Amino acid sequence: MSLPNPASFVCPLPLRDYPHIVMGHGGGGQLSAELIEHLFLPAFGNTQLNRLGDSAVLASPPGRLAFSTDSFVVRPLFFPGGSIGELAVNGTVNDLAMSGARPLWLSAAFVLEEGLLLATLGAIVERMAAAARAAGVAIVTGDTKVVERGHGDGCYINTSGIGVVPDGAEIDSALARPGDVVLVSGYLGDHGMAIMSVREGLAFESATGSAPIESDCAALHTLVAAMLAAAPGGVHVLRDPTRGGAAATLNEIAASTALGIALNDDAIPVRPTVRAACEMLGLDPLYVANEGKLLAIVAPEAEQAVLGAMRVHPLGRDARRMGTVQAAPQGMVTVRTGLGATRIVPVPLGEQLPRIC
Amino acid sequence: MKYLDEFRDSAAARGLLKEIRRAVTRPWALMEVCGGQTHSILRHGIDQLLPEGVELIHGPGCPVCVTPLEMIDQALAIAARPEVIFCSFGDMLRVPGSHGDLFQVRSQGGDVRVVYSPLDAMQLAQTHPSRQVVFFAIGFETTAPANAMAVYLARQQGLQNFSMLVSHVLAPPAMEAILRAPGNRVQAFLAAGHVCSVMGYHQYHQLCENYRLPIVVTGFEPLDVLEGIRRAVLQLERGEACVENAYARVVTEAGNQVAQQRVEEVFEVTDRAWRGIGLIPQSGWRLREAYQHFDAALRFAVGDIRTQESPLCMAGKVLEGRIKPNECPAFSTACTPRKPLGATMVSSEGACAAYYLYGRLPHTAVLVPEPRP
Repeated sequence: MSLPNPASFVCPLPLRDYPHIVMGHGGGGQLSAELIEHLFLPAFGNTQLNRLGDSAVLASPPGRLAFSTDSFVVRPLFFPGGSIGELAVNGTVNDLAMSGARPLWLSAAFVLEEGLLLATLGAIVERMAAAARAAGVAIVTGDTKVVERGHGDGCYINTSGIGVVPDGAEIDSALARPGDVVLVSGYLGDHGMAIMSVREGLAFESATGSAPIESDCAALHTLVAAMLAAAPGGVHVLRDPTRGGAAATLNEIAASTALGIALNDDAIPVRPTVRAACEMLGLDPLYVANEGKLLAIVAPEAEQAVLGAMRVHPLGRDARRMGTVQAAPQGMVTVRTGLGATRIVPVPLGEQLPRIC
Repeated sequence: MKYLDEFRDSAAARGLLKEIRRAVTRPWALMEVCGGQTHSILRHGIDQLLPEGVELIHGPGCPVCVTPLEMIDQALAIAARPEVIFCSFGDMLRVPGSHGDLFQVRSQGGDVRVVYSPLDAMQLAQTHPSRQVVFFAIGFETTAPANAMAVYLARQQGLQNFSMLVSHVLAPPAMEAILRAPGNRVQAFLAAGHVCSVMGYHQYHQLCENYRLPIVVTGFEPLDVLEGIRRAVLQLERGEACVENAYARVVTEAGNQVAQQRVEEVFEVTDRAWRGIGLIPQSGWRLREAYQHFDAALRFAVGDIRTQESPLCMAGKVLEGRIKPNECPAFSTACTPRKPLGATMVSSEGACAAYYLYGRLPHTAVLVPEPRP
């Protein structure tokens, strides 16, 4: 995917004569109304949103509801393989999907920094709309606020989402059992390293001839649906390893279940380019963020069926087993190194820091 | 990945381990000098796989860890100034001074930035002429050439708003200080491969002769480390003491002479205090007089900041290899990566952090290396 060129975005005019976001765009007056009419509605438009009520009124579908929220702050706003727009949709869609839900509706709240180019906002909104269409979710309510220049990173987005969990789908970390297998849907660390590759001060290019590192940002609910259908009751836990990477997510599962998770270093899928970038910066791919991968804890007898279903899905082609659930050591994630020793995969403290040499 | 995978090959590693096991007839204590080696050893679990008689003592070669507390405090004072853009390698940001760390300075409004090269900091100075850009130049001989180059170029270009807070340290004097210390147990050194890539290893012959101990220039991947251990053990068993190069794909006897010339032009040898160890004569580099106007400590008059270490922290003993990190009473109780008492708990190369990260399995979980299919 090539980087978008915000300058080439054709804004559905007339948005008055302001090429930038000004404080008035968040003031609730004419400027706000124009932003909605000429930017948000053309992009997101659906019967609910078009009513422009204070809240969306939705007919409750049968089944249990899943409800989730997430805020998105990322710099730069556009990065190889995606933008804050796709992240804002797919992030919440994935949070819903990890409880087995079919995502239905999203809200979108924007906090814009005074001075943001309207064309940039337009490009973000277009990408959000495309991601929502692709995921089959409707953005049914929203909000826009503007903060003074210098008080925001251009654009922050919060999305909340509602989905419906089909009867029979029980996804809960309490269901993990010793003997379960840990599956991963594909290569780890793509998103975090894609962001890092374009950050000021750390910008690097991959070696000649190899593809640049791109974010894996994607909506995972259809992959989840395929997994659940392939082995009813066999998928015990689903998580998307975003911030803190697989290490943080697996540690959370281990801690909440008081079980041990044993990984095999040789089975942890990392692209050569991502691994090279991590080696160069002194980072561990297990701790790097993903935006289009899931970890599944699956009953051993369901492993083949689930893996089979994952591998025929475009987002699960590289799915594999990377570890098992064990009774001990309780609450800990360990990894068996390539040399046959065992070490701990600790909970990350905060952000990983590139090391000195 | 080329140049990595072939040095992580598990079959070859098992072969080397077998040779080491066969060679060992009595206990030996080897010190890996560099923190990068320590991390590799713990990350890959090499210490678990060695025969019982071979003990690895973790050396002082972590530049972040040995940077003296008062140097961190000077950095914090400079970084807090409104006109300053303070640039540092990433793992320096969390190292505690006596009042917080660089992250905290940043959260309080200081402009602290992570750079990957001192030349990036120099570029920041060019693009921000109204700001003072300061680079925290720490490290062993490995990072010195790039730092020297940045100052050299800054002088050539007449950059007025660029300076460096220099706390460079040198590996050989620290190795000698360890051998001289009372109660020293080190019987062989695995010398730091990347230091030698710059400086060569000719300077080790004297040390080797004076103290009659094997010195093996060693790399960082599992096979490099195992090969270094193997050669050191073979020498010890045979009663030999010579300098060997087990990292020949990177290191030559003379080292990188272009880099050495640049360093020589910009830096001169000076006494240096090591965090947790104390003053080691002739163990550091400072800017030569011709480059002194690039010295941030002088420019911002922070040279007289003096501070005391936490009395609980035993980092010095860890760095000298007298105790293992988990033998410190504060280890993982009063001192964790989240609330570090000393820098060895912070840096990704610090021995305490490495133990905390990779070695904290409860005693009930016995780690028996299983044969692999």
